[in-house]
Amino acid sequence: MMWRTVRLLAGKDLRIEWRSRVALAQMLPFALVTLTLFAFALDPAGGLLRPATPGLYWVTILLVLVLAAQRSFAVETADGALDALRLSGLPPAGIFLGKALALAVQLWVLEAILAVGVIVLYDPTGKHATTVPGVVQPEAAFSWTVGRAVLLVIAGAAATPGLAAIGTLHGALAAGSRARDTLLPLLVLPIVVPALLGGVRTFEAALALGHRTTSEGWPWVGLLAAFSLVAATVATVAFGPLIEEDAS
Amino acid sequence: MTSGRIGTGTRATRALGAAAVALFGFLLVFGLVNSPADAVQRDSVRILYLHVPSAEMAYVAFAVAAVCSAAYLWRRTRSAAWDRVANASVELGVVFTGLTLATGMMWGRISWGVYWDWADARLVSTLLLFIMFAGYLAVRRLDGSDDQRARRSAVVALVAILDVPLVHFSVQWFQTTHPRSSLDSAGAIDGTFRFLHFVGITTFLLGYVWLMLHRNRVAMLEERVAGQDLAVAIAERQREGVAG
Repeated sequence: MMWRTVRLLAGKDLRIEWRSRVALAQMLPFALVTLTLFAFALDPAGGLLRPATPGLYWVTILLVLVLAAQRSFAVETADGALDALRLSGLPPAGIFLGKALALAVQLWVLEAILAVGVIVLYDPTGKHATTVPGVVQPEAAFSWTVGRAVLLVIAGAAATPGLAAIGTLHGALAAGSRARDTLLPLLVLPIVVPALLGGVRTFEAALALGHRTTSEGWPWVGLLAAFSLVAATVATVAFGPLIEEDAS
Repeated sequence: MTSGRIGTGTRATRALGAAAVALFGFLLVFGLVNSPADAVQRDSVRILYLHVPSAEMAYVAFAVAAVCSAAYLWRRTRSAAWDRVANASVELGVVFTGLTLATGMMWGRISWGVYWDWADARLVSTLLLFIMFAGYLAVRRLDGSDDQRARRSAVVALVAILDVPLVHFSVQWFQTTHPRSSLDSAGAIDGTFRFLHFVGITTFLLGYVWLMLHRNRVAMLEERVAGQDLAVAIAERQREGVAG
């Protein structure tokens, strides 16, 4: 029953996203604009962009997360669909996990595309760096290896379930309220700070920034996994009371 | 209820408030004037007489809020009273946390030379605690029924409380991988500090209980007003409209 609900809800949300193309037509361009703005702000010729790449990548992901979380429940509140969902008698935990899974899948896709964008735009290997001497101490250049790529992929895979859970929970929390758009970032962004820290450190290790080796990244993957586990558990439990029928 | 003075004080809370204010006066006079400067930190130690108790009371306030929020979310113990207490406690907790951050930054500027240190786990997690519970207060202002507001804010409080240890841990971990000079040259804790810490925590605790009682009574009065006949409120607004 439960897993069927998860599949059902995730399938429904992904179908809606696929047909409406909101993720593709709005969130992705937004993310790319953000990456471009960072590049302008940090002057790529000055050598600042490369050491900042992990942070910029993850901040962009978090901004996209806020949009996606909003979207996830805008779909439900639009035509009173949330009431129908309540009346369906499906287990709240199943509804939650289904919606969170759909959000996670969207985030994974966006993360993959953004990673390509960062590699193309920010030159993270540093091989073609035209650093102005004396501006910032240049980072050592590196070559891609399987180990580096695996670390990046696993980090994204580990962090995303937690991000999706927090996003879904707060999307439900703010759903239907007028202040939703301004409130969501305020609520979501401070909570996902552990994921930001872990994600940035892992990427720094994978991209050989600050003379780090890939082995230094793996403990941070553990932190990301722990964050995801805690976030998903708490959010699954807390979701039930949130979408309850009003008592008064 | 409408007869006599309108207020939220009773004999007991007035006594409590007087005690808190008197003790606070003593703390200020003794802590700022009538006590010796610290051997290592000199006069900057006096900031800590406010900083440490306010930090500790902030933790107490948020812990109370979290317990009350859990009690509200659990169906068997659900009651509007838990929600009232949680809200009052968060409001005070945010004030205490703000005081903690402000005094902490002053102390940091004197002792470390900087207002802020991003690698310090306690600083960062306190700041996030402040921001998250500021978010809680924003959630309280959302439109919706009382029950909905209570459920929403209870979830926010619980998630915030559970997230803070994670933040603290991750920053601390980051710090251990980056060895840096020790900033905690606070020196030995002497008798004056211990005494004033005791006075401080007692003062803040009395003040907390005092303000909590008042805030709860205000909230109860607000609920009563909200429950009164809508027509009365509309008529009043209309009269105001004509008068203005």
